[in-house]
Amino acid sequence: MRIAEIENEIVEEFELFGDDWEGKYEHLIDLGKHLPLIDKQYKTDDRLIKGCQGKVWLHSELKDEKIVFTGDSDAIITKGIVALLIRVISGHTADEIINAQFEFINKIGLIEHLSPTRSNGLLSMIKQMKLDAIAYKNILIRTNYKLN
Amino acid sequence: METITKNSTLNIQKLRQDFPILSQKVNGKPLVYLDNGATTQKPRQVIDAISNYYQTQNANIHRGVHQLSIEITVAYENARTTVQKHLNAALSQEIIFTSGTTESINLVANSFGKKYIKSGDEIIISEMEHHSNILPWQILCEEKGAVLKVIPINEKGELLIDEYKKLLCDKTKIVAVTHISNTLGTINLVKEIIALAHEKNIPVLIDGAQAVPHIKVDVQDLDADFYCFSGHKLYGPTGVGILYGKEKWLNEMPPYKVGGGTIKTVTFEKTEYADLPLKFEAGTPHIEGGIGLAAAIDYVNEIGLENIGAYEYELLEYATLKLSAIEGLRIIGTAKEKASVISFVIEEVHPLDVGTILDKQGIAVRTGHHCTQPLMEHFGIPGTIRASLVFYNTKEEIDVLVNGIQKAIKMLK
Repeated sequence: MRIAEIENEIVEEFELFGDDWEGKYEHLIDLGKHLPLIDKQYKTDDRLIKGCQGKVWLHSELKDEKIVFTGDSDAIITKGIVALLIRVISGHTADEIINAQFEFINKIGLIEHLSPTRSNGLLSMIKQMKLDAIAYKNILIRTNYKLN
Repeated sequence: METITKNSTLNIQKLRQDFPILSQKVNGKPLVYLDNGATTQKPRQVIDAISNYYQTQNANIHRGVHQLSIEITVAYENARTTVQKHLNAALSQEIIFTSGTTESINLVANSFGKKYIKSGDEIIISEMEHHSNILPWQILCEEKGAVLKVIPINEKGELLIDEYKKLLCDKTKIVAVTHISNTLGTINLVKEIIALAHEKNIPVLIDGAQAVPHIKVDVQDLDADFYCFSGHKLYGPTGVGILYGKEKWLNEMPPYKVGGGTIKTVTFEKTEYADLPLKFEAGTPHIEGGIGLAAAIDYVNEIGLENIGAYEYELLEYATLKLSAIEGLRIIGTAKEKASVISFVIEEVHPLDVGTILDKQGIAVRTGHHCTQPLMEHFGIPGTIRASLVFYNTKEEIDVLVNGIQKAIKMLK
């Protein structure tokens, strides 16, 4: 599925709850339980995302020219947010991730996650994912250049 | 006057009507504002004083000869006198207007530090300090090659006075401690701390940001060398605060921020600085801040700090009882003498998650390290949930908090 399609799927899921904030959060918490977990060996301080009140770890790997993310957080709701971000972009190409707009965040109505305190964490996560994508893109360009 | 009296006579519902924001809804629910340690809400009397300033009084102070400027200068200096009386300072020139407690402490660290701190000297702070009462001293020590010493706390969150006595020595040049902890609610025995330091002629700065809203502060009775607080934690406007300093220290200290208003004469060869307090008040100040702060002090004094203290004590007892009954909840900060600040953690649940679920129910608390990271490290926790209560909070609001926490636990475990 393309990134935009995954985002639409997520928006539809949350739309089912209407104004029921409890339902939305329960769903988010549930999604967090299915987060592809970061391997213990990668759960190091240098993989901590700065700017989050809870701890968030992100790890990425290149598999068949696609970037695969794993992560974790010690805060359950944050874990749900990480799970959503990873669900949207993991397994896609560097360019797709670099260009992703993450429009679903506004649309699912968890707008408090854009408050200055929280948005720092959310933006930091997105920034790190895009930086990883840029790094892998450069690696691929160099690899292809050498092969050619 | 560090203990809190125990009999309450306030009409809380009537007083709540003085605060327009308390009737607001948040996320569709009535606002339950329990984050007063971060900032307090403002009564109409303060809002009107500020509005009135801009509508009828606005002019620059200390500078003009026209009617408006004369009148506002008088009003501003009257505000200074109001603060002086509130703290029972001996002289009005010992009251310096700053932008808040943080600036007040930075002023002393920079100015006192410039003159009196040398390599090898020691500065004593405590383990429970807010970052604003750690960082300025830390930087001063780094710059001068001085050493930062830290008074430890026990598991209840009380300062270990015996350890403090051991830290006081000939190398100690200043002690800086908080009056009331913003995270733990601990009321420190600052009069004793000051007396012990004075035995060795060591001056003491007290961070009174969390104390001034809850208890009567008498700087002469405490014999504090410096005392600071913020207007916005005392139902006053943001952006204004006070540094009280004994005249003997302030006279000796070099200027901190300089510019317009701080001088007697200026030439390119030399500048002669103004007398107190203007020496430390560069540029146009937060004039409506001073006016608003004075209105806040008048408002509080009309209610009476003893009455406020007594009611807040009732709230604290009630909240402690109810919160302690929640399974898995542990209160952080169980000092014998406490103000109405309650930090707690819940096992297997992150404070950030609880704060989020409480917010959805209209309940405003603070989560995290509360700018006291060393304290979090002491207790081995990532952060706490903090409810900080004042006289416009009610037992019903505490019940809402308790129900809200139980709902959060149900969703998060």
